[in-house]
Amino acid sequence: MISLVVNGKTREVGAAPGTPLLWVLRDSLRMTGTKFGCGIAQCGACTVHLDGVPVRSCVTPLSAAAGKKVTTIEGIGATRAGKAVQAAWMRNDVPQCGYCQSGQIMSASALLAKNRAPSDADIDAAMSGNVCRCGTYNQIRTAIKDAAASAKGA
Amino acid sequence: MRARPMNASRREFLKTSAMAGGGLIVAFTLPGASRLAQGAGKEARMSAYLRIAPNSEITVVCGLSEMGQGVHTAIPMLVAEELDADWSRVRVEQAGVDQAFANPIFGMQATGGSTSVRGHWEPMRKAGATARAMLVAAAAETWKADAAECRTERGMVIHKSGKKLSYGQLAEKAAKLTPPKDVKLKDPKQFNLLGKSGTKRLDTVAKSTGRAKFGLDVYLPGMLTAVIAYPPVPGGKAASVNDAKAKAVPGVRQVVQIPSGVAVLADGYWAAKLGRDALEIQWDHGANASLSSEGISKMLSAGAAAGGAVGRNEGDAKAATPAKTIQAEYEAPYLSHSCMEPLNCTAWVKKDGVEIWAGTQSQGPAQGILSQVAGVQPGQVKVNTMYLGGGFGRRFAPDPVIGATVLSKITGKPVKLVYSREDDTRGYFYRPASVTKMTGGLDANGVATLFTANVASPSIMEGSHFMKLPPDGVDEFGVEGIRDCPYDIPNLHIEYSRQEPGNLQVWFWRSVGHSQNSFFLESFIDEMAHAAGKDPFEFRRSLLGKQPRYKGALELAAEKADWGKPLPAGVHRGIAVVFSFGSWCAEVAEVSVVSDGTPRVHRVVAAVDCGMTVNPDIVKRQIESAIVFGLTAALYGKITFKDGRVEQSNFHDYRMLRMNEMPKVEVHIVPSTEAPGGIGEPGTPPIAPAVANAMFAATGKRIRKLPLLG
Ligand code: FES
Ligand code: FES
Repeated sequence: MISLVVNGKTREVGAAPGTPLLWVLRDSLRMTGTKFGCGIAQCGACTVHLDGVPVRSCVTPLSAAAGKKVTTIEGIGATRAGKAVQAAWMRNDVPQCGYCQSGQIMSASALLAKNRAPSDADIDAAMSGNVCRCGTYNQIRTAIKDAAASAKGA
Repeated sequence: MRARPMNASRREFLKTSAMAGGGLIVAFTLPGASRLAQGAGKEARMSAYLRIAPNSEITVVCGLSEMGQGVHTAIPMLVAEELDADWSRVRVEQAGVDQAFANPIFGMQATGGSTSVRGHWEPMRKAGATARAMLVAAAAETWKADAAECRTERGMVIHKSGKKLSYGQLAEKAAKLTPPKDVKLKDPKQFNLLGKSGTKRLDTVAKSTGRAKFGLDVYLPGMLTAVIAYPPVPGGKAASVNDAKAKAVPGVRQVVQIPSGVAVLADGYWAAKLGRDALEIQWDHGANASLSSEGISKMLSAGAAAGGAVGRNEGDAKAATPAKTIQAEYEAPYLSHSCMEPLNCTAWVKKDGVEIWAGTQSQGPAQGILSQVAGVQPGQVKVNTMYLGGGFGRRFAPDPVIGATVLSKITGKPVKLVYSREDDTRGYFYRPASVTKMTGGLDANGVATLFTANVASPSIMEGSHFMKLPPDGVDEFGVEGIRDCPYDIPNLHIEYSRQEPGNLQVWFWRSVGHSQNSFFLESFIDEMAHAAGKDPFEFRRSLLGKQPRYKGALELAAEKADWGKPLPAGVHRGIAVVFSFGSWCAEVAEVSVVSDGTPRVHRVVAAVDCGMTVNPDIVKRQIESAIVFGLTAALYGKITFKDGRVEQSNFHDYRMLRMNEMPKVEVHIVPSTEAPGGIGEPGTPPIAPAVANAMFAATGKRIRKLPLLG
């Protein structure tokens, strides 16, 4: 059994230590908000935070998450940045098919948590690992700036 | 997928009934519903409906699949407009599979071809108008007043005296009334929702919180997850399998051989994948062992040179004697759809039938196919449609639902079949490759007098298994976008040569034949403009005198993009205009090219004439989405073959456009009172030629083979 803290709750998992965190979240814990897109750290759909740092859970073995704090899309709304990002996503109607959006929101939340007023270049740097096949990039950019502005006012 | 409009009023009917607990249900059959027997019983057939609950919540049950295009918002908007509903109380519910939900344009329950709004524009509004009429009648009866003294507004019936009753309060009484035979639809001038900006999507909250359920998110008790080892060469077979190591992987339950490959079934995806990696398989590669992209290009090029079935013939191309003639050969590669959500399906074959959970675009056809796979009646196949993590045509194909059903039948357990990204990229059902040879002729004044095109490509109609090549031998998807060349050129001749390299499975890909043919035609028209010494916008415009809607879109895009005005140093413009799926779309791309030839697209200005719009915000987003899809393919997209194998596998070698490459996009809608056109696809075709034309403007070098980066 490996123990990790997911969205504030301690969870014991019986999966093999080499199992990617993505599949532990999805298949073992049935938390399906975190998505499988490529499996090789090329799309960002599986992004979660490990002790506050965004990681691609498809290439993060369970063993690397042992004892750490994992935050997923299901829990990101409890953070200041995550709450602002989700609200901005909704105000701006960002998602189309929606499949990439958990990962986008996780990457955007990590960006805003450490940078309260990201420039376009900051957004490019933080978000270019997240593919959106529906092409919502401009809406994502707008929503990140909107979230930054709203968080400032808060 | 081509729209085949049909008489919309003939078979339509409505029926109303009471909801348990006192609400109103309006059930109706869509006009396409009785064209194909999908096998459901009579009762179930009356199940396209909308519900009005006693608390005034309105639920629109939608048989169409939501794959990002916004149909789960657009369809409820059609109902809500005529119902005068309070939009904040409108919900949408995904329907099951039933012929009652047949897409009026296809005659079967399916989502594709940018047909949803075109097919449902009238029937869904009628359903809303019928419910409204009944609610008004119920109010009039309650007040002992004349219905003509009542109006409706945001979920309320209001009497001229000022008395009000909510739809929820009236629903039970309305359910006892006979629905009117004929209802009057609003004049578009009276629309409150349709065509107006600001109506939010109904799926945004679920998709911003991780709560939206896609096919991959389905978990059933006792379910196994399957991953299949597919033959590395199309048409190959497993000659021998050693599964000892696979079975030794913890969590692996079973290894079975099925027609599509060798499946490993396990307790979860990771064990199934490790199990598959541990399989030792000797493959018999079959006839395609030496298939190569060079060979495919040669075969297509020879086909285009030889010509084939005549698709269009006007004037006398052979006898034409232009002052100046230009010729060129263009080529486009196979493309994978690469939906963000890898393909998958969960199936459960039980004693009394089959149930599947899938993000599918084709519930109706799946029902028929799976009844054969499982040996049950079509009515015993239940389809639960999940959100689609992208569709683009790929989720119209039946391979994942067949695979999952076959595996559930063998194992007797619920099975979730998952394609890895590599399986998805290498899973065929590609946009066909094509080579097209074109000739253009100009008279002494630079006026176009001749255009011929010989298209060589595989047949999607034959590949679809639900269509056949027509007697004239011309695949409609092979030539669409070039056969319908809109330019006023007196001598015009188009031929199609069917070529099937490797007998590869080809398929519908967002905008289908237009995706490559518009690149060919709109690039070549640009070549003709330059050969004539004319401005590419003015040249097109001069040939569109008889095509006001083409011209309107073209002019609006040029105007909004400041066509002809100076740009920053190094930035150049290209333009293209295409009609597809009932809409006209013109795009201007602003591009600079760095010294190694790599283009950078700074801005795209699009103008679309899609008739009346339902939700202009969604229209703009769809055009932008389609531009990204087309631009991704134009810059990077290619599936190539070497030694029979697909060379690409995942996003590192089948590249996607990313945030740091995203141009600014502006979309302008041509004001219109015409019937609605499609919107999911028409933004894709113009972008490749617009960018290629801008690159030519920048470098003087014409790129005739996609992708633009080589
Ligand atoms: S699934 Fe992890 S980066 Fe794509
Ligand atoms: S919204 Fe569909 S992939 Fe991003």
